Amino acid sequence: MTDKSKNNDNGASDGSADRVIGTPSPAEGTAIVAGSDDPGAEHPGAYPPEETHAHSEEQQRRAEKTASMWFLIAFLAGIGFFVAYFAFPPNGEGEPAIADPQIGQYSNMALGGTLALALFGIGAGMTVWARWIMPHYEVSTPYDDLSSSSEEKGSFGDFFMRSADESGFTKRPLLRRTLLLSMVPLGLAPIVLLRDTGPLPGDKLKHTLWEDGLRMVVEGTNKPIKEADLAEDGAMITAFPLVEGEGGEHGGEAQHLSLNDQAKTVVLLIKIPEGDFKPGMTEQQMNWTHNGIVAYSKICTHVGCPAALYERGSHRILCPCHQSTFDAADGAKVVFGPAHRPLPQLPIGVDDEGYLIAKGDFSEAVGPTFWDAEKGD
Amino acid sequence: MSTTTQAPKALRGVGNWIDDRFHLAKTGEKNLRKVFPNHWSFMLGEIALYSFIILLVTGVFLTLWFNPSMAHTTYEGSYQRLNGVQMSEAYESTLRIDFDVRGGFLVRQIHHWAALIFVASLVAHMLRVFFTGAFRKPREINWLIGVGIFTLAMLEGLFGYSLPDDLPSGMGVRILQGVMLSLPVVGTYVSMFLFGGEFPGEDIIPRLYMLHILLIPGILLALIAAHFMILWHQKHTQYPGTGRSEKKVVGTPMFPGFAVKAGGFFFFVFAVIVGLSAFVQINPIHLFGPFTPTAITSGLQPDWYMGFMEGSLRIFPNWLDFQVFGYAVPIGVLVPGLVIPGIIFGGLAAWPFLEQWITGDKRVHNVADRPRNAPVRTAVGVAGVVFYGILWLAGANDILSHTFSISLYWTTYFFRVTAIVGPIIGFIVAKRICLGLQRRDLETLEHGYESGTIQQLPSGEFIEVHKESSQDTVHVLESKTAVDRIDDEAIASVEESESDGVEAPAARGLKGRLRAKLAHWYTKDNVSFEGVEAHTGHHLHHGAGHEEHEEMAGSH
Repeated sequence: MTDKSKNNDNGASDGSADRVIGTPSPAEGTAIVAGSDDPGAEHPGAYPPEETHAHSEEQQRRAEKTASMWFLIAFLAGIGFFVAYFAFPPNGEGEPAIADPQIGQYSNMALGGTLALALFGIGAGMTVWARWIMPHYEVSTPYDDLSSSSEEKGSFGDFFMRSADESGFTKRPLLRRTLLLSMVPLGLAPIVLLRDTGPLPGDKLKHTLWEDGLRMVVEGTNKPIKEADLAEDGAMITAFPLVEGEGGEHGGEAQHLSLNDQAKTVVLLIKIPEGDFKPGMTEQQMNWTHNGIVAYSKICTHVGCPAALYERGSHRILCPCHQSTFDAADGAKVVFGPAHRPLPQLPIGVDDEGYLIAKGDFSEAVGPTFWDAEKGD
Repeated sequence: MSTTTQAPKALRGVGNWIDDRFHLAKTGEKNLRKVFPNHWSFMLGEIALYSFIILLVTGVFLTLWFNPSMAHTTYEGSYQRLNGVQMSEAYESTLRIDFDVRGGFLVRQIHHWAALIFVASLVAHMLRVFFTGAFRKPREINWLIGVGIFTLAMLEGLFGYSLPDDLPSGMGVRILQGVMLSLPVVGTYVSMFLFGGEFPGEDIIPRLYMLHILLIPGILLALIAAHFMILWHQKHTQYPGTGRSEKKVVGTPMFPGFAVKAGGFFFFVFAVIVGLSAFVQINPIHLFGPFTPTAITSGLQPDWYMGFMEGSLRIFPNWLDFQVFGYAVPIGVLVPGLVIPGIIFGGLAAWPFLEQWITGDKRVHNVADRPRNAPVRTAVGVAGVVFYGILWLAGANDILSHTFSISLYWTTYFFRVTAIVGPIIGFIVAKRICLGLQRRDLETLEHGYESGTIQQLPSGEFIEVHKESSQDTVHVLESKTAVDRIDDEAIASVEESESDGVEAPAARGLKGRLRAKLAHWYTKDNVSFEGVEAHTGHHLHHGAGHEEHEEMAGSH
C-alpha cells in the first residue's frame, strides 16, 4: 500500500531502495504536470523534479477526499467535546454531577474520548495529506564543514589576544587579580543566603516527645491504651503518646499530633507470649517490655517508611517499601533486607490506673540512619 | 507557465514588515529547505518534544486550581467518601481539580500520562542515539545536553508526583529524605535545609512546587531549545544508503514535507496521550487518601522511571554498612540511592569521550553506525539496559512475588545475583550476535543473497542460487569501517609489547598501556571488511547462479 511496493526485483534491500536519488521511479512518469516536454524546466514545485516523486492527479484527488473526511470527523468530535463539557455539570448545578466518582468517570471518558478523536482525526488527515497529496521528496543538501579553516582560526585568535592586550587585562595583573578577588564573596553569597531555609540539625533527630510517664493512645481514635487491650497473644496496636490539651494530667482532651511528631513518635505495641522472646534480648531490653508487651518505633531504619506489617506466628515486622524484616521477639534485629539498625525500642510500663506508659525516650535515634545516629549526645 | 499561487496580500505585508526589520528572506528560505532524513527511529525524539509541549500546556491549567500548601484542613468538599478527613490543602485542592473542575480530572491524567511518555520516549531516543553512535563527533555536546534533559526530567517527574500529597506521593518524599540523610557528614543538614526542619514539616511542597513549575521546566526549556538549535545547525544524522554520505544528507525538506508530517505526528502523539487519559486511569489520588507518615499500603509502586531506584534500594544488602569513629555510613542506602544513579548518568555522559579516547577516532561522523558494526559499544549498551531492567524489575519484586507465588526473599536473592550476572551475559550474547551479523554481512556482500532457488548441476549436485544484492544493500553493507577507525598506533603498541617486551613510546606509562589494551579489546574480534569488494566471492555454490547474473546483466 505504501511506496515500498515499487521495490526492485532483487528484493534483498530493506525497502529504502525506493529512495535512491536519480533512479527512475514508477511514480516519476506521472509526476510532472501535463503539457510539458521538458519537466526540468517547467516543473512548478519548489524542489527539482528528480528529487520529488509526485502522485498522480487521480491519487491526489482520492487522498483529498480521505483527508477531508478525517478533518470533518475531527470537527464533529471537537463539537462533541463541548457537548460533553456541558452535559456533566459540577456539583450544585443538579444531576448528574462530576462530584460523584462514577459520573466523573463517564465525564472523563466523554471529554477525553471526543478530544482524542478530534486530535486523531487531524493527525490522520495530515498524514494522508503528507503521504498521498504532497510529492515524496528525497532532497539532498551538503553537511556543512563545521570546523573553520586554520587561517580563520588563527585570525580569530590573533584578534582576540591583541584586543585582550589592548584592554590591559593580560598586562596588568593587579587589575586582573583584584577583579577576580572581588567576585569571590559574591559567588558565595547565594549559598550563604540559603542558610535560613531550615534550622541546624543539632540533636533534634535523636529525641522525640516520649518521656517517662507519658500515656499512649491508639492511632486514629486517640483512645488511651490499657494493658488489658493487649491481653491476647499476637495483638498489635499502632500508638502515639497522649498529649493533653486544657485540663492537663489525664483530664484533658487528647491533642492531634503534628505530622512531624507523628513521624517520630509512632510505635508498634506488640504482645508476645512470654516464652517466645529470644535469648538474644539483653536484660535491659527485657526490662523495657511489660508483661510480654514490647514497643518498637514503627518507622523503618532504612529510609523511613512505616514498617507496618506484622506476622504474629514468626513475630516478624516487615516494611512493605523495601522489605526490611525485623524480629520483634529479638529486639527488632534485622533478619532480612536492606535496613541495618534494629527498630529503636521504647521502654514501657503501666501507671497506677493500669494505663500503658512510656518510661523514657527511644533507645536510639528513630528513622533512617544518619551520620551521627549511633553516636551518644 | 506558472501555477504558483500568489501569497495573499496581508501575508506579503507582514512578511515585508518583518523582513525590513530583520533581513530574514535569505536565511528564511535556507531554513525552509532544511533537510530531515527519514527513519522511524528519528521520531522517538519527536515524541519527547511533543509530550513536553503537552506537559507545559496541561501544567499551566492545573496551576489555576492547585494550592501548594501543607496547612491542615478538614475536607468538606464534593467527594463524599473523604468528608471529615484531615488532610493538607495541597491534597484538598487536587481533589477539587478532580471532582469540581470539569475536565480537571482529564487534564490531570493527561499531565501524568504525558510525563510517563515523556521520560519513556527520552529513554528510547537516547538508546537509539547510543546504539547508532549518533553521539560521535560533532554531536557530543548535544549528547551531554540530552543526558541533562533526561536527569532533570526524572527529577521533575518525581517532584510532580510528590505535589498532590496523597499517600504514595508522600512516601516517595519520605524515601527521598531517607536517602538524603544517608549522606555522610552533611546528610542531616541537607535534609533540614530542604524540608525547613524535620520531616515532613510544612515547607517541602511549596518548595517542590517552585522547583516543579518554575526552575526545572525553565532549565528544561532552555536545554531543549539548545538541543534543537544544535541539531538544526549541525543537521541530523542519517543511516547509510545510496546517495547518503558523510558529506551529503538526504531526506524530506522542512517545508512543506517535514512540517506537515511532523504536525500530523504531533496530533497522533497528543491523541494517544488523551486516549490513555480518557480510558486508562492513572494515579487515582482520591483512592489513596492523604499522606500520613505512619500509614502505608503494600504493593506500592512509584512511577515507572523511578522503578530502578526503588529496585536498587530493595535488593542492595546491608552487609557493607560500617562506622567510622562511631559515625554511621549506611552504604546500603548511599550506594543504591545515590551511587548507582550517579554511575548510570555519569557513565552516559562520559561514554562519547571514553569511546573517543579508546578508539582515537577524532573524525566527523554524520552517517550513523549500524549497531552490529560497533559490537563492543552495542554490548556495553545491552549490558547497561539489562542492569537497568533488572533493577527496574526488582522494584516490583513484591508484585512479582505475589503474582507468581514466589517467596519474597527468593526474588531478592534472584535479583541480587542477576543484577551482576545478567549484564555480563547480556554483554557476551550481544557481542556474539553482532559478530555473527557481521559475518553474515560479509557473506552477503561477497556472494549476494540466498535466492531460495534450487538448481541441479550437470553432475547431479543440488545447489542454492545466490543473487546479487541491490545497490542499496551493497551501500549499507559497505558502510562498515569498524576496524580502520582505530588509531593504528595504539594497536601496534599492544602487539609490540606483547611480542618482544619493548614498549612503543605511545604506550609508555599506565595510561598509555591501559588505552592500548582497551583499544585492543574494543576491536579485536571485529570482522574485517578491508579489501572486500561486492559480489567477488568465489563461492562453491555460485557456479550456476553466476551465469544467471550475467544473463540478467545482459538483459538490462
